[in-house]
Amino acid sequence: MTTTQTPPVIPATHEPLLAVARSVAGEDGVTVSVFRDNVRFHVVPGKVLAVLKNLRSECGLDMLIDLSAADYLNYPGAANRYGIWYVLESVSSGLRVIVKTWANDPEPRLDSVFDVWRGADWMEREVFDMFGVVFDGHPDLRRILMPDEFVAHPMRKDYPLRGEGERHNFLALSREQS
Amino acid sequence: MAERGIPVAVEHEPYDGFVVAKLDELASWCRKNSLWPMPFATACCGIELMATGASKHDIARFGAEAFRFSPRQCDLMIVAGRVVMKMLPVLQRIWLQMPEPKWCISMGACASSGGVFDTYAVVQGIDRFLPVDVYVPGCPPRPEQLLQSVIDLQDKISRTGTVLGREFRGRGQPEGPRSLRTEMDSADQMVAPGNFRTSTRSWSLPTVNDRPRA
Ligand code: SF4
Repeated sequence: MTTTQTPPVIPATHEPLLAVARSVAGEDGVTVSVFRDNVRFHVVPGKVLAVLKNLRSECGLDMLIDLSAADYLNYPGAANRYGIWYVLESVSSGLRVIVKTWANDPEPRLDSVFDVWRGADWMEREVFDMFGVVFDGHPDLRRILMPDEFVAHPMRKDYPLRGEGERHNFLALSREQS
Repeated sequence: MAERGIPVAVEHEPYDGFVVAKLDELASWCRKNSLWPMPFATACCGIELMATGASKHDIARFGAEAFRFSPRQCDLMIVAGRVVMKMLPVLQRIWLQMPEPKWCISMGACASSGGVFDTYAVVQGIDRFLPVDVYVPGCPPRPEQLLQSVIDLQDKISRTGTVLGREFRGRGQPEGPRSLRTEMDSADQMVAPGNFRTSTRSWSLPTVNDRPRA
């Protein structure tokens, strides 16, 4: 979300990755931030699927380590509500890069990367379940942790920590009945 | 002995070899010494439940070593661990599948009250939705505590047990606390993590002692 004021120092190992990402998304489509040894590419949502595809096919980033999200509601300085990130790794060289993108209310949507990494299947389902981000093109976007009849997305910051009473919404059995 | 429900052998001639007891007491005596537990172990307490069953603590000394994973063969449900709202219907169904007579031990802070997991998904005590006979405090309880709860349950069975289960018929109302919904607004502010400015590490958070004393 936030980029550093001074231009970040990009490690030489990541220069070719950035070149590939920029060739797909354009100069303005990718911003970079660096924190310790984490290199993050912030990619505009419309281009993120193409960037990920090319990073995989041209740069050998063949493994999707993680796909997750955060809700930046009320976060100081945040411009967008949901941040979604993809952690990529090259199995042969151990090179890692984090691709970040964002989504916003009222209908947070992104393209699914299921076709690029099959492993994204459950991770996208989890992000959908917890944050309500819809992944277009996912073959089976159902809840994965919460019960099917659940309606909220509990990791959103505006959802109360104790829930909205769902956990009390069961039949109480007496000993005589059971 | 007789008043604790244990049948009394009559030792004098010419009655040698006879036992005189109430049928209720005889049934309870048999039942309490061969409880077959259903290990409903969902979290860390389950490990301690296993330790209780293993050789060092040896729950077999109290006749309860036959753990069965089919509720149809069990008469004591030991709920060991957190129960989340997705698991609760399963728990209730397993309880309903157990044949009479049956008892329930709620093991540990989580099963008894939700423990530290006061969140949207965790049921705040199984006794809100199920009849519980014995509670075991602790996080996790020591195996000795669980053994004590089995002994306490045996005591309860011998005191109240009847052949036809009349003691259960009196328990027609749900026994747990009232629904939490009436006690606490779901939108109540939680201290942590709240928002990004007041994290758990902040020193300015209200503590128990800050609250006005009633
Ligand atoms: S009471 Fe403690 S040990 Fe038992 S399930 Fe809860 S957290 Fe785990």
